Amino acid sequence: MTTNPSFEDASCPVPLAHNDRIVIGHGSGGKMTHDLIRKVFLPYFDNPILKTGDDSAIISFSTGSKFAITTDSHVVDPLFFPGGDIGRLAICGTVNDLAVMGAAPLYLTAGFIIEEGFDISLLHSILLSMRRSAIEAGVSIVAGDTKVVQRGKCDKLFINTSGFGIIHDNISISGANAKPGDMVIVSGSIGNHGIAVLAARGELGFDTNLTSDVAPLNHLVKSILDISTKIHVMRDPTRGGLATTLNEIALQSNVSIHLEEKNIPVLPAVRATCEMLGFDPLYIANEGKLVIIADPADAHKILAALQNHPYGRDAAIIGKIVNQPAGHVLVRTEFGSSRLVDMLAGEILPRIC
Amino acid sequence: MKHIDEYRDASLAKKIAAEISRQCNKHWTIMEICGGQTHSIMRYGLDQLLPETLELVHGPGCPVCVTALELIDKALFIAAQPKTIFASYGDMLRVPGSSGDLFSVRADGGDIRTVYSPLDAVKIAQQNPDKEVVFFGIGFETTAPANAMSVRLAKSLGIKNYSMLVSHVRVPPAMEAILSSPTNRVQGFLAAGHVCTVMGCWEYPSISQKHGVPIVVTGFEPVDILNGILKTIIQLENGQARVENAYPRLVTFEGNTQAQKIINEVFETCDRNWRGIGMIPLSGWRINPDFADFDAEIKFDVGDISTEESQLCIAGKILQGLKKPNECSEFGVSCKPEHPLGATMVSSEGACAAYYRYRFINSLSQGN
Repeated sequence: MTTNPSFEDASCPVPLAHNDRIVIGHGSGGKMTHDLIRKVFLPYFDNPILKTGDDSAIISFSTGSKFAITTDSHVVDPLFFPGGDIGRLAICGTVNDLAVMGAAPLYLTAGFIIEEGFDISLLHSILLSMRRSAIEAGVSIVAGDTKVVQRGKCDKLFINTSGFGIIHDNISISGANAKPGDMVIVSGSIGNHGIAVLAARGELGFDTNLTSDVAPLNHLVKSILDISTKIHVMRDPTRGGLATTLNEIALQSNVSIHLEEKNIPVLPAVRATCEMLGFDPLYIANEGKLVIIADPADAHKILAALQNHPYGRDAAIIGKIVNQPAGHVLVRTEFGSSRLVDMLAGEILPRIC
Repeated sequence: MKHIDEYRDASLAKKIAAEISRQCNKHWTIMEICGGQTHSIMRYGLDQLLPETLELVHGPGCPVCVTALELIDKALFIAAQPKTIFASYGDMLRVPGSSGDLFSVRADGGDIRTVYSPLDAVKIAQQNPDKEVVFFGIGFETTAPANAMSVRLAKSLGIKNYSMLVSHVRVPPAMEAILSSPTNRVQGFLAAGHVCTVMGCWEYPSISQKHGVPIVVTGFEPVDILNGILKTIIQLENGQARVENAYPRLVTFEGNTQAQKIINEVFETCDRNWRGIGMIPLSGWRINPDFADFDAEIKFDVGDISTEESQLCIAGKILQGLKKPNECSEFGVSCKPEHPLGATMVSSEGACAAYYRYRFINSLSQGN
């Protein structure tokens, strides 16, 4: 390690480190988000439960019962996109954060921040979508809150949901549980949500037939927990994509994750859009996908169970856990070479040419 | 995917790589000009398939990386003006100027929009007649036709609130500069396939002859790149130095004459500063006097902004092929994609970012 040189010179190409104010990259779900939470939020709220860094907090009582609690705020532009809307997203996001911890989601709360002038008929559509998604997931919305802000003080509608679920005995899932030898399974094609929403903004100049994968995954999760006790890690790779989620797991478990590029399912429309814009599907958001890390003895059984469910039809084994280099994710290309797959750095930026 | 998969055929790529090893008997140093090629080489690990006696150095062909610091400072100034919408390709937003980047200007309230085409910026100008809309027109010969077209379109539609901050650069003068440098190590070039799609190959024979180097027009997919390398090696081993087209499915000798016409109509050649390299005579394009009303440098009177480059970042040496990214002491230490010290780390086409993303793992496994 070298000591850092001084970058005080006015001519130095060092950018602001963005430590003094929030820029959009802090919300990307990648490294900047990670650092913001670690450096700014954690020092104030630090406690052993929060520190685990999983998708839900796990709370154990002396009676032996275990519960999962989580919260998630939803902002999306446009509010309606092929395959879903902000309402479905708000239910599924929280249900999935509970489900991937092995919890059976039971109750949700919902908070709405609404911009002055918002069309109430649109609100009806969004609430109906929330109701349908909640019925599908088998959860009830048991408390709520509404706030209205002046025009321009928020973008149409923001929704926060919190969720509560129960964890049955003998289930212990955490991002810290991946072990060398384990297999990495993804429940279907990656990047559908991010590209569907991007295309729905109408800025790309071309249409796709893609729909978002937004879905409640608790029934899918139950179907694999019912047949295997050897599932070590589950995550839903949302913002930041599969790459960021796997990097988080590699760090939490202090292992290395090796992927086979050719086995990672990517739909042609996602691949083509990414080719055109210079994106990597590994960094594109999903809202209805699971990553499962499990003992190799059960991997094929889990895969078959996933493929038996409508939300897991295209599931695939995409890699394995090894010891070294700990904390890193590698992809083996079809050419036999390997490359490092880092966390998403900041905002995803389309390439120039 | 058609037109892609056949050029990513792993077995074909391995065969070409084996042929390169068979042909390559001496030590050779080849530069791939374009950042897109660097990105592909790193993404697919193509350098891992090549013999040790063949050294690839990464050229200055990443428009984000070579846009001069002073141009970024001009962009920051313009973007911060009231009643102004600054439109840019996405990856320029993170490029550091001397006091921040476009992301910071946006966080401070600047109206900065990412567009996928300069024509989108013209549309924004039409939709916001009470605001000045400025497009950051950067890039090589590849982006020049569309950028020129946006200016011509704005003029023909009588749009008065559209202008462009131009930082166009041209490949042939940069190749000349590299070859004329006393420290030059480059013995052969993979020319940038998409630059040649626009401009053709006619600018290169004189360079090849003058400096005695093979110049092989090369595409961007693994099979294309390996084919380009193979053709270059065969020339080098046989003592030849000529221009060869290894990307004939897109490139002709004349190029896209329609696109060249639009470029010549709107732009004129000028001297241009390259970040990390310095002034290269006649290496740029600027808006010509006929379209002066659309020149943001004139409209916003930013001609006086000039900024010296830092000596700390070795991006310049990397862009000239004198150093590899991992030879920089700050590489991966204080300089990372989320906190770049230099432009080569910013764009995913930049040599440092490509190295960091795809090859940092080598230094990890070596215990560094």
